[in-house]
Amino acid sequence: MTSLQANRPTALPGFQESDNTAENPGIRAPLVLNMDRFNQVTRQVCQVAESKRPPFAWYAAFTVSLGLVGLLGFCVTYLIFTGVGVWGLNNPVMWAFDITNFVFWVGIGHAGTLISAILFLFRQKWRTGINRFAEAMTIFAVICAGLFPGIHVGRVWLAYWLFPIPNQMDMWPQFRSPLLWDVFAVGTYFTVSFVFWFIGMVPDLATLRDRAKGPIQQFAYGLFALGWRGSNRHWHRYEVAYLLLAALSTPLVLSVHSVVSFDFAVSQLPGWHTTIFPPYFVAGAIFSGFAMVVTLAVPARQLFGLKDLITLRHLDNMNKIILVTGCMVGYAYSMEFFIAWYSGAIYEKFAFVNRAFGQYWWAYWIMVSCNVITPQLFWSKRIRTSIPIMFALCLVVNIGMWFERFVIIVTSLANDFLPTSWDFFTPTWVDMGTMMGAFGLFGTCFLLFCRYLPMIAIAEVKATMPQANPHWSGYEAAHGHGDHGSHGGGSAKPSFASPDAQRSPGGSPNGSDLTP
Amino acid sequence: MTTLSPTPHAAPSAPTQRRRLYGVIGEFHDPAALMAAAEKVRGAGYRWWDCHTPFPVHGLDKAMGIRRTILPVLVFGAGLTGTTVGFCLQAFTNAASFSIWALVWVTGYPFLISGKPLISLPAFIPVMFELTILLAALGSAGIMLLFNGLPRWNHPLLTSKRFLRVTDDRFFIVIESRDPRFFASRTEQFLKDLGAKAVEMVEA
Repeated sequence: MTSLQANRPTALPGFQESDNTAENPGIRAPLVLNMDRFNQVTRQVCQVAESKRPPFAWYAAFTVSLGLVGLLGFCVTYLIFTGVGVWGLNNPVMWAFDITNFVFWVGIGHAGTLISAILFLFRQKWRTGINRFAEAMTIFAVICAGLFPGIHVGRVWLAYWLFPIPNQMDMWPQFRSPLLWDVFAVGTYFTVSFVFWFIGMVPDLATLRDRAKGPIQQFAYGLFALGWRGSNRHWHRYEVAYLLLAALSTPLVLSVHSVVSFDFAVSQLPGWHTTIFPPYFVAGAIFSGFAMVVTLAVPARQLFGLKDLITLRHLDNMNKIILVTGCMVGYAYSMEFFIAWYSGAIYEKFAFVNRAFGQYWWAYWIMVSCNVITPQLFWSKRIRTSIPIMFALCLVVNIGMWFERFVIIVTSLANDFLPTSWDFFTPTWVDMGTMMGAFGLFGTCFLLFCRYLPMIAIAEVKATMPQANPHWSGYEAAHGHGDHGSHGGGSAKPSFASPDAQRSPGGSPNGSDLTP
Repeated sequence: MTTLSPTPHAAPSAPTQRRRLYGVIGEFHDPAALMAAAEKVRGAGYRWWDCHTPFPVHGLDKAMGIRRTILPVLVFGAGLTGTTVGFCLQAFTNAASFSIWALVWVTGYPFLISGKPLISLPAFIPVMFELTILLAALGSAGIMLLFNGLPRWNHPLLTSKRFLRVTDDRFFIVIESRDPRFFASRTEQFLKDLGAKAVEMVEA
């Protein structure tokens, strides 16, 4: 593998140095820009947590988020003390914003595990720049998701009935119900994602511990670093464990949203009773999750100066995935329609015509325009690599995916088999407040994470640098010049700055790949 | 020369506890040098030694002669346990009506819903699957930490200022004093000969 060219951004003609999206066969695009020393990665990531005070925008966003958390607290308290009647639910529409938000947030979480696990198994090294905060996003999104089923049960204080706990009534949860599968699926998903995230973070927490100045930081980071000291015997088991966690998370991430879709698909309601739901929900989840990662990555890299680690190429790659999954979602929409017609089931056919042209037509067309039409713009490379446009489009995709869940849930319930039981759902201020509040909860958690924890997987990024390869020819060139020891701070000479050094006869066989 | 015996009530001037030598650390500046040195340390017949790196250096396991861990086998066992627990939990609670003693008496509750079979394997699969993943994942993280002797609050190596850069950009070889081939001065010289940029004794 010739990864030594990776750090030569100048090798890509016709582009600015920071643009590493050009495809040049035979030359690996750099994953990390403007860095040739491991120490630079450490400093760049740690400075966020080590700085005395974060940027002003952080305070602004934190204040807004915290305010929304207050709103969430108020709405939930009001709900618990009054009853679910404060939501706009009515007789046929017994699930609306609560389950919409639940499915939306679970979906958002999927990109994190996908980036961490599936891209890890596929040896996609570009994941290292974005996996840590995508995983954090997963954790916080699943927390937000878990909130909604918890509070929609009506008697919240009896939510423990969901768990198989021995009780004096000799009652057990009904394991043949998809709603209970959900409890296990989401519970497992949260636990495994958390373990995956935390285990991945341990070496980086050790970095923060070893650099910490104050006693509080030393104590806190020291506590969570678990005494990690980079032993190779530890790394050996650690890498096996991490690989296993990735291998276990991959089927898990596909199963979780499939199980969520079973909540609908196993019912007999027209519009829900669809076999395409499991793959369709998973594709939609990845679609919305990646859109959320881009939405978060764009301001984060700007705000905390991480543009050399989360490069344009990372964003470009994610936009390509959004394009692919957007097409899958579009296919699923059309296939649902086709099957509704082809099956000859009149209720099914009505449900779908009603979705597009009935009382919720606006929601349906928002969904289609946001989820099917918008991502098609990403075919254009100029759009895919334009920061403001991709940010806007990803926000649109997020809105569209929220509406997708709304359309599936509410349109099917509001107009079911019997026209006499039909009703129209209108959200109340409590519905809206709880939804906004969940975004606040997510934002608060995420901002705290950005401030105090390593936002980028330091150890993993270092391992993808060409200097990390023991056979990298730059070292021999550096040793040949005999000045390696005089570099007090540098582990590697910035050899891409002096191509002659790499072409020196003393270089390893890899060096020959450099010559054009 | 006459020696005076110490006065009986005088406090001992030497520290009550002598610090023990933990080992000697050699610092390297790049993975290539570390790998070359690791091969030689292994060749010299040391047993209680280790390399410390900021990130996993690929090929170092082979250079050090680390055998593959049995972690995956144990994780497979943990996963199978999860599958079994998942099935037994559902079969007991939803299909069996007998009672068992588990801190309290618990009784299964078979409840027939729309003629579905009590032990319906297809309906049990999602929960069995999730518990398989859950136990295997917790097992893989837990067993990894257990085998690595983590978490631990402190370690002699972490008392060395120099060693703290191991999580940043430095690479270390540590030869522990309990190694039968360890002789402080000779091992120190050995590490220097291997090209260590700095060598330091670490006390426990």
